[in-house]
Amino acid sequence: MTDSMLLLKNVKKTFRPGTPDEKTALDGLSLDVKRGDFISIIGANGAGKSTLFGAIAGSFLTDEGDILLDGEDITFMPEHKRAKVIGRLYQDPMRGTAPEMTVEENLALAAGNGSWFSTVSKKEKAEFRDRVRILGMGLEDRMEHPVGLLSGGQRQALTLMMATYHPPKILLLDEHTAALDPLTAEKVIEITKRTVEENGLTCLMVTHNMQMALDMGNRTVMMHRGKILLDVSGEERKNMSVSDLTERFRTLSGSSLNNDRMLLDE
Amino acid sequence: MNSVLMLVKGALELGLIGSITVLALFLSYSMLNVCDLSTDGCFTLGAAVGASVAIAGYPYLAILAALAAGCASGFLTAILQTKCGINSLLSGIIVNTGLYSVNIAVMKQASVLNLNKVETVFSKAKDLLRGTVFFDYSKIFVILLFVLAVAVFLYFFLRTKLGLAIRATGNNPDMVRSSSVNPHFTTIVALCISGAITALSGSLLAFYNQSANIDIGTGMVTVALASLLIGQVFLGKKKLSLRLVGTVLGAFVFRLVYTVALRFRMPAFMLKLVSAIVVFLAIAAPYLIAALKERKARHDRVLARKKEKTV
Repeated sequence: MTDSMLLLKNVKKTFRPGTPDEKTALDGLSLDVKRGDFISIIGANGAGKSTLFGAIAGSFLTDEGDILLDGEDITFMPEHKRAKVIGRLYQDPMRGTAPEMTVEENLALAAGNGSWFSTVSKKEKAEFRDRVRILGMGLEDRMEHPVGLLSGGQRQALTLMMATYHPPKILLLDEHTAALDPLTAEKVIEITKRTVEENGLTCLMVTHNMQMALDMGNRTVMMHRGKILLDVSGEERKNMSVSDLTERFRTLSGSSLNNDRMLLDE
Repeated sequence: MNSVLMLVKGALELGLIGSITVLALFLSYSMLNVCDLSTDGCFTLGAAVGASVAIAGYPYLAILAALAAGCASGFLTAILQTKCGINSLLSGIIVNTGLYSVNIAVMKQASVLNLNKVETVFSKAKDLLRGTVFFDYSKIFVILLFVLAVAVFLYFFLRTKLGLAIRATGNNPDMVRSSSVNPHFTTIVALCISGAITALSGSLLAFYNQSANIDIGTGMVTVALASLLIGQVFLGKKKLSLRLVGTVLGAFVFRLVYTVALRFRMPAFMLKLVSAIVVFLAIAAPYLIAALKERKARHDRVLARKKEKTV
């Protein structure tokens, strides 16, 4: 057992190569995520943050480089197979659940217990109810309701629970609270913290909120033009303020963060 | 038997045979969210294969053969849309077109197969019930048996993990992938099953009519969709069991209305037009009503503003 959970070596991805729209989203990116790391990822729009998640989750085949998850080479593994050990949440709360199916049915799919031809047992139903009760969002009384009737926050909390039902080797959070109102976002953040802590998960979280990036997790990574520009942890990170972070970005990238969404969140 | 009862009985028999196709569409259209346009050809394929095997002297094997043929047809449609990048509507149209030639080949290049003196599940049931009070209803018994078998199968199947995965594929394929299920797999399974059920329905109609005709399935997809949507009006979109019952009921009601219309001298060839109009109304009505409401609201506010200005 190595202490590296996720290893990306010189990963490259160019979209629409050879066309006027050509875009190099990952430009030889390398990253070593240690077991138990909770890394917040920041960077301007188009820096390659979501592409990085796509590469890890297997939404597309990378052009170059290796991706190792817990020592296993997953570079060429199809997305639905990786999904067994990778949990992923998107900004859009609608994306992680099937709206016309009930809370219970959604959970049954995520749990994936039993054979293809088994139905959801009473015991499983009780287990689902117990688990959603812990979320503290009143979902335990709505087990038979279609998920489409839930609020964005409830759906996102449910998605988080589905993604971590069997603790994944790595959890990818792609701005998963950005579409929620501040109060709900806070609640979902709290559930996130608790889930990650209780299961000892290794986690990558993209955020545009610089303060949140410094407050959550043990390590912060800044991306710029498909590469990692800055990687801070430990004492250095503890003493960092948001203005330190933007200052570091300015000197390292040679450009300022003006006209970017990141500043708005400060 | 009086004529009204005969009328209802005929509608019930034909409606129930049709309801099997409607159940197939419930799986592909309502659950998987794919409008399978190969339904017409698949229905005829079931009739052609079933009739051919029955003529060869195997009345029970004929049913299995029709199921297998329909399953193969559904498999092909699914492969075109999952593995070959062809849009789901077009996949159905391509397979449907190809099936026309296949069906004629199966029928040994004839356009009608006569089953008058051929043993089928219906003639077997008749022999079995001869002399009993149920004799007059032997056809209904056979049909009901198949409808029940298919409905009960779907009821249990859709509640299994595989069934849930199929429903989720129609609902949110992204979510299926993240539950580590391949949506291609679920699509293939669902279309194989719905194809098999459609072909079963086709073979039963051929046995019932005592002939298989190359046009037997023409317009079936629209007729079945009309029944499906009528069924939804009755029992809504809530519980699975109710939806399945509603689906069968819809097929019967549609057939009954059509039969009554025939009594009032509507020519038989109007069936397809009527079903086309029902599908059109059922799908377009909510949209048109909303559009009209907005138009009216706009009109009212323009008037109100004009009034304000003149005051």
